[in-house]
Amino acid sequence: MSFINYASREINCKIVYYGPGLCGKTTNLQFVYQKTAPEAKGKMISLATETERTLFFDFLPLALGEIRGFKTRFHLYTVPGQVFYDASRKLILKGVDGVVFVADSQEERMDANIESIENLRINLSEQGYDLDKIPYVIQYNKRDLPNVVSIEELRKELNPTNIPDFEACATTGEGVFETLKAVAKLILIDLKKGK
Amino acid sequence: MSNPQMVMYDEEFKQINAVIEKLLREANSKVIFLVDKNGQLITGVGETERFDTTSLASLTAGNIAATGGLAKLIGEKEFSILFHEGEKDNLHISIVGGRVILVVLFDNRSSLGLVRLRVKKASEELTTIFARLMQKAEEKEKSGDTDFPFAEITDDDIDNLFS
Repeated sequence: MSFINYASREINCKIVYYGPGLCGKTTNLQFVYQKTAPEAKGKMISLATETERTLFFDFLPLALGEIRGFKTRFHLYTVPGQVFYDASRKLILKGVDGVVFVADSQEERMDANIESIENLRINLSEQGYDLDKIPYVIQYNKRDLPNVVSIEELRKELNPTNIPDFEACATTGEGVFETLKAVAKLILIDLKKGK
Repeated sequence: MSNPQMVMYDEEFKQINAVIEKLLREANSKVIFLVDKNGQLITGVGETERFDTTSLASLTAGNIAATGGLAKLIGEKEFSILFHEGEKDNLHISIVGGRVILVVLFDNRSSLGLVRLRVKKASEELTTIFARLMQKAEEKEKSGDTDFPFAEITDDDIDNLFS
């Protein structure tokens, strides 16, 4: 849940990037980090193995600016995508305000996408959240690769409820900020509705 | 939802800072932070400018979450105190009132025993303040008197944030 501090006039929200192993969650954060002005970002932390696989999480704090005199901060987290890190994924979802599901568009990763999205739904429900009710967007990553599944098919399999979705290539940054803006906007609208 | 919305008001913010400033002096420590279990920094006193407080808050919460997971695996509810010993500086991390994390950074001018003793007393005071804070937030929400800054934001406000 977001943290509203009336004393320091700040609102903090937590966004989690979820998805199967090697789908590009960390790459999304790295691109956001590279392209954000120094005064608007904090240090990016990656708890990863020696082979740069995420072990626990990546973390990137962003300060977006002010709304009605309140500083708006977003904390971006990724989860470790590999199946056997499920215990860690559950922990990172605690207190989440919005979720980005990063799908790997490659044909051979379709099953992994479906498994991961089901895992997301289960892990959220264990924390008392309903994926259909929280701010949530999907990103179809790696659109630049040759062996990708069509957008229509990805939508049919991964986005039956027609939530906002975006095509992306996280290595070049295409679609990265569009995705982030969309989820941030949903969170703010949710905050507004909640009161 | 598993966790109610975390809110902080001026009055309680001052009281909390007073308690941890006292703890900072009495425990001879260098820095003290309070962090929400979700990783948001609530406040900090002492030599805070020397540290990346946002990262510290996030990693502390991750640390507490991971050890909490370990605790459950062996049948414990949680590990309420963690202690990390370094060559010069040490971290004493404890859970206050079930949902807030108190982090005390100290060096050899203090000792683990002293920190533990002082933390115990300060924790009781902090628990009371946080309980009152939660109650206040709940009451304000019920009565609709939230002076919530986002209640009247427009789509334009949100779009401007990204321009």
